[in-house]
Amino acid sequence: MDRSVALFVALVFLALALVPAVAGPFGIDLVSKIMIYAIFALSLELLVGSTGLVCFGQAAFFGIGAYAAVLLPAQYGALSLLWILPACVLCAAGSALIIGSLALRTRGAYFIMVTLAFAQMAYYVAHDTPVGGGSDGIYLTVKPVLGTWLDLDKPVAFHGFTLACQAAVFVFLALLLRSRFGRALAGIRVNEQRMRATGFSTYPYKLAAFVISGAIAGLAGFLFAVKDGFVNPELLSWHLSAAVLIMILLGGLGHLHGALVGAFAFALLQELFQSETIFGSFAKHWHLGFGLTIIASVALLPRGLVGVPGQLRERLLGRSARNAGNTHDESF
Amino acid sequence: MDLTTFLVQCLNALQYGLLLFLVASGLTLIFGIMGVINLAHGSFYMIGAYMAYALAPIVGATFGGGFFATLLAGVVLSVMLGYALEWAFFSFLYDREHLQQVLMTYGLILVFEELRSLLVGDEVHGVSPPELFAGTLPLGGLMTYPVYRLFISGVCLALAAGMYVVFTRTRLGMMIRAGSSNREMVQSLGIDIKFLYRVVFAAGVALAVLAGMIAAPVSSVYPGMGNTVLILCFVIVVIGGIGSVRGALLAALLVGAVDTFGKVLLPQAAGVLVYVLMALILLWKPEGLFKAG
Repeated sequence: MDRSVALFVALVFLALALVPAVAGPFGIDLVSKIMIYAIFALSLELLVGSTGLVCFGQAAFFGIGAYAAVLLPAQYGALSLLWILPACVLCAAGSALIIGSLALRTRGAYFIMVTLAFAQMAYYVAHDTPVGGGSDGIYLTVKPVLGTWLDLDKPVAFHGFTLACQAAVFVFLALLLRSRFGRALAGIRVNEQRMRATGFSTYPYKLAAFVISGAIAGLAGFLFAVKDGFVNPELLSWHLSAAVLIMILLGGLGHLHGALVGAFAFALLQELFQSETIFGSFAKHWHLGFGLTIIASVALLPRGLVGVPGQLRERLLGRSARNAGNTHDESF
Repeated sequence: MDLTTFLVQCLNALQYGLLLFLVASGLTLIFGIMGVINLAHGSFYMIGAYMAYALAPIVGATFGGGFFATLLAGVVLSVMLGYALEWAFFSFLYDREHLQQVLMTYGLILVFEELRSLLVGDEVHGVSPPELFAGTLPLGGLMTYPVYRLFISGVCLALAAGMYVVFTRTRLGMMIRAGSSNREMVQSLGIDIKFLYRVVFAAGVALAVLAGMIAAPVSSVYPGMGNTVLILCFVIVVIGGIGSVRGALLAALLVGAVDTFGKVLLPQAAGVLVYVLMALILLWKPEGLFKAG
C-alpha cells in the first residue's frame, strides 16, 4: 500500500472517529450501519478482489453471524461479548468451511451460481424451518455487554466498537495480503494454472481464504444484529449478496480501501435515491434510479471510484500515462 | 400417500419441471453460446406473466380476444423485446468479466421490477385459464385433475421437441451448436455471428415470456415472481451442465419432482431440498450431468 493510500485511509478512520462529536443520533446510526457494510465489503474483497473467486452468496455468512447473535443468547442466557462474539464468528466460519469445501470444487461461472444456490439454501433454512422463526425474524432481547464499561445498547459505544472492529479487520487484511499467504492468493487470482505448476496446492489456499472471508462476514452480521436488535431472513437474501458485490466493484476491485469507499458510496446512493425531500413521491420507486446507476457505474467505471483519478489522468495525458500508471493488473 | 394422490403429484411435478425447463433452456443457451450470465432472465418470466394479465383485455378489444391470440401477441412482443435488448444492452456484455455481467444484469432486474411497478402496479392478480381448458378430468373416482395443467405440460413438451428438431435437423441449429463450441471458427466460415446471437437471445426471451404467460393462470401474477424462478433455473443449469439443453431438461424434471414431492412429504424443508439435491450432484459431478462443448 503506497503512502498516499495509507494517508487517505488514516484520514477516513479519523473522520469516522469524530462522527459522534458532530453528528446527531441519525448520523451516528447511519455511519455505524455503513461501517458494518464496510466490514462486510472487506470480507468479500478478500475473495473477489484478492483471490479472484466471485462469490455470489456472501450474505449467507452475514446472516449466519446475525442469527447466531440472536439464537445463542436465547439458548444460553445473556452473555459476555467476549464469549458471544467469537462464537458467532465461529458459526459463520464453520458454515463457510462446509459450503466452501463443496463450492470450491467448481470454478468460473459455476462457482458464482453454486455460491448463490448455497446462500439460498441458508435463506430457506431461516425462512421455512422452526430454527429461524419464519419470515418475521426474531428479536434480540438482551444485548451483549463487556463488563460494565462497554454497553452496546448506547449508540456512541456501539459506533466506537464498530469502528474498532472495522480498523482491526482492515489492518488484519492488509497484513494478510502482504504475507506469503496473501501473495499466494494473488498468484491464484492472476494464473491458478501456473501456481499449481509452481508446486502450490491451490485448493487449501482458496478454502482458507473462503473461511476467513466467511468469518469476517459473520462479524459484520453479528454487529448488524446487535445494532438493530432483530434478524430476519432478508439478511441472507441474494439481494444483499448482490449489494455487497456492487459495493466492492463500485469502490474498485483489488484495493482494500476500495471496499471502504464502495460501502460509503453505496449507502449514500441508497439514501439519496430513497430521499423523499429530493424525489418526492417517486422515492418509493428508488430501485429504478439505483438500478440505472449500477449499470452506468459498471459500464463507465471499470476500475471503480478509486480508479477515477487514474482514469482522469489517462484522459488528460493520453496513452503514455496509461502505460506508466497501469501497474495494477487488470486480469480481473 | 395413496396411488391417486401420487399420480396427481407426478403430473404436477412433470408440469412444474417442464415449465422450469422453458426458462432454464434460454438461460443455458445464452450462457453456452454467448458466455453471458443473465440474471435478468427471471424478469422475462415475470414480464410474460404480466403480459398474460395486461394484454388479454387489449387483445380482446382489437382482435376479438382469445387465449391463443394473446399468447401470439405476447410471443411477438417478446421477440421484439429480446431483439432490441440484445442490440441495446447485451451486445456490450460479451467481452466483459462474469462479475460485471452479473452486476449489470442485476441492475436490469431492479429496472424491470420498478418499470413493472410503475406500469401495472404492485397488486397480485389472478388470470383465468381459457374456457377450452377450464374443466377437470376425473381421476380414480374421488380426485380430479385440471385440464389446463395438462395443456401446460403438452405445450412444453411440444416446444422441447421443436427445439430438439431445430438443433439437430436444421442449418440454424447446426450454426448454434457450432457457435457454442467455437465462436471464432464459425465467424471465419462466413456466418454472421452477431445475427446468430440476436436470434438465440430473442428465442431465449420468447421461451421465458411464453413460460410466464402459460404459467400465469396456475401461479397467479405477483411482484418478484421472476426471482424464485431465476434461482431455481440457476440450480437447473448447474445440475444439467452449463450450455447443455439436454442436461437442462433432465435437471428441470428432477428439480420439479424434488420440489413438488418435497412440499407434500416434508413441507418444512421443501425450500432446502432442491439445494441439497444440487450439492449431492456436484459432489458426484462438479461440472453437471452433461457438460456441453
